[in-house]
Amino acid sequence: MGFLFDSNTWQEIFGSIGKNRTRTIITVIGVLWGIFIYIVLSGAAKGLDNGFEKQFQNVAMNSMFTWAQSTSMPYKGFKTGRQIQLKLNDVSILKNRIPEIQYIAPRNVKGVFGGGPAQIIRGGKSGNFAVYGDYPISTKIATKKIYDDGRFINDEDIDGARKVCVIGERTQKELFEIDENPIGNYIRIDNVFFQVVGVHKFTPGGGFESDSDIYIPFTTFRKLYNTGENVGWFAIAAYDDADVIKVEENVKAILKGIHNVNPKDDRAIGSFNLGEIFNRIVGFAKGLTFMSLVVGIATILAGVIGIGNILLISVKERTKELGVRRALGATPREVRSLIILESVFLTMIAGVMGIILGAGVLSLINKWTQGMDFPYANPTVPIPYVLGALAIMVVLGTLIGLIPAQRAVSIKPIDALREE
Amino acid sequence: MIEIKDLHKSYKMGSNSLHVLKGINFSVEEGELVAIMGSSGSGKSTLLNILGMLDVLDEGSYTLDGVPIKNLNETKAAQYRNKFLGFVFQSFNLINYKSAMENVALPLYYQKVGRKERQEKALKYLEQVGLREWADHLPSELSGGQKQRVAIARAMAAEPKVLLADEPTGALDSTTSYEVMDLIQKINDAGNTILIVTHEPDIADMCKRIVHLKDGVIVEDKKITQVRASQYV
Repeated sequence: MGFLFDSNTWQEIFGSIGKNRTRTIITVIGVLWGIFIYIVLSGAAKGLDNGFEKQFQNVAMNSMFTWAQSTSMPYKGFKTGRQIQLKLNDVSILKNRIPEIQYIAPRNVKGVFGGGPAQIIRGGKSGNFAVYGDYPISTKIATKKIYDDGRFINDEDIDGARKVCVIGERTQKELFEIDENPIGNYIRIDNVFFQVVGVHKFTPGGGFESDSDIYIPFTTFRKLYNTGENVGWFAIAAYDDADVIKVEENVKAILKGIHNVNPKDDRAIGSFNLGEIFNRIVGFAKGLTFMSLVVGIATILAGVIGIGNILLISVKERTKELGVRRALGATPREVRSLIILESVFLTMIAGVMGIILGAGVLSLINKWTQGMDFPYANPTVPIPYVLGALAIMVVLGTLIGLIPAQRAVSIKPIDALREE
Repeated sequence: MIEIKDLHKSYKMGSNSLHVLKGINFSVEEGELVAIMGSSGSGKSTLLNILGMLDVLDEGSYTLDGVPIKNLNETKAAQYRNKFLGFVFQSFNLINYKSAMENVALPLYYQKVGRKERQEKALKYLEQVGLREWADHLPSELSGGQKQRVAIARAMAAEPKVLLADEPTGALDSTTSYEVMDLIQKINDAGNTILIVTHEPDIADMCKRIVHLKDGVIVEDKKITQVRASQYV
C-alpha cells in the first residue's frame, strides 16, 4: 500500500484526471449530488427530531394526564350523566397498585376549565390570571424553570398551607415595575395576601399553561377555594422503561373501580398520553431518518455508478496511452491501481465537497427557521454517519473502479499500441 | 546481445492459422545498428514485437543479454521491458497531457526513480536530443520531428540495453527523417544497440547492417557501409 503515499502516484492521478476537466467535473457532480442529498436529508431529519425534543423538553417523555368527566353508562345503580370527581385518596391507591408509576402529581386549577380566573391585585394594579394548586412533585413531571433568587413550592409550604405563590413572567410584568424584585413582595389572590417566592420562566410546548400562571401550594388552594379532597387532574410519569400506554389503561381501570364507573364506560375518565404522542413523533422522526438514509445511499450509488461508467469510457479512450505505459514498463498492477485510485479519488473529492455543501445548506435552513414556530433545531448529521458515508463511497469507488481497471489490463499492450 | 534461434510464430485467424515467422535465426551484437526490412506482411513487425516482449513466440528461443525470455507473465514482461528495452514508435505515442519532460521521465517513474532525479535525467536526455528548451511544452505544441526526438529521449531515459524503433521515420518528411536518423546514429556511436524496422531503403542504408525478411524468413543479412545522415541535414 506504500504507493498510496507516494507523491508520484498522485501526480499520475492528477495528470490523468486533469486532462479532461469538464468530464471530470460533471462526473464529480453526480456523486456530490448524492452525498449532498444524503447529508441534507439526514440533517433535516435530525433537525426535526431535535425540534420535537425541544418542544417536549420540559415535560417527562413518558407522562400522561388523566381527569374525570361524566359517565355515559349506568352502573351499580348510578344513572348516566353523573359527574365523577377525582379525590386526593386516589393518589396512594394508584401508586400502590401500579408499580410503574414514578411520580404522580394531583393538580387543581382555577380559571382554565370553566370558572373565571382569580383576580390578582397588587397596589393599584390588577389582573385576572389562572391559579394552580400544586405539589412540589409536579416539577418532576413538567419542569418549571425558576428565575434566580426564587424557588418553586416546597414540602413545608404544603404542610403549613402557606400563602406563597410562584408567578409567571407576564404576571410580574403586569403587577411589578421593571426594576422591582417581586420576590418577598405580596400580591392579593382573590383578596388573600400571598408572598411571591419565585418567578417561573415559560417554555412554550403546547398544553394549556401560559406565562401568566400563578402556582400556589395544593393545600392552600383547597383552603382558598374550598375544594376539600377534590383533584382537578393527575399528572403521572411512568418509569423510563415502562410502557406508558399500559400504565394509562391501568390508571383508568383503577379510577373507574374507585369511582364506581362501568369498566366499559370510555367517557367517564379522560386522559392524554404524552408518551404515546411522543413515541409516535419519535417514530416519525426515525422513519424520516431511515428514509433519508435509503434515499441518500441510493443517490450516492447512482453517482458512483456514473463514475464507473465515465472511467470505462475514459479507459477506452486511453487504450493507447495505457498501452504506451505498459510498453514503458508499467505492470498490470500499476495500471490497475492507477484507475482504481482515480475512481476512489474522484469519489472522495465529490464526497467531501458534498458534505461541505450539505452542511452549508443545513446551517442556512437552520438560520431561516430560527425564531419560527416550527419544530426544527440544530440540524446535525452524526459524525459516524458522515464517516460511514465516506467509507461506503471509498468501498463503492474501489469496487466500481475495478471494472474499468480490469478492462484496462485485459487489453494486451500490443493490441493497445496497434489501435489507431 | 540478442540471440534468436529457430523462431516460429503463427496467428490464429478463425479456423485458419497464419504462419508469420517460419524459423528465424538471428543474433545482434552489442553496439550494432540493424535495419530490419521487408514488405508489409513479411513479418518484420511481428519480429520486433517479439523482440520487444509485446508478443510471445510459439517455438524457438530468445535470449536477451544472457537472459532467456520465455514464459513471462505480464508483470515480469513489463519489468523486463522497463529494464532492457526502449521503444520508438511510428506514431510517437507520446502521452498528450504530459509535457515533453514528463513524457521522458515516465519510464523512470516505473523504475521507481525519485521525482527530482527523474526530472534531472529527463532534462539531460532532452538536452541530448536538442529539445532542452521545449521541456515544458505539450506534445501538441511540437512538430513531428520534435515529437519523435522526445520519444527517442524517452526510450533512452531508461538506459535500455536495446533500442527498438518501429518505422521511426514513417510519419516524417525526408528532411526530418534524416534529422531523426542523425540522432539515432549518434546514439549508436555512443555504443547503444539499436534495431530499426523500416521499409525505406535510404533509411536502411544509414544503418550498419540490413536484414531482409520475406514471407517469414530471412532472405538476406548483410553488413553495409553506413551512410551518415549528417550529410543531408
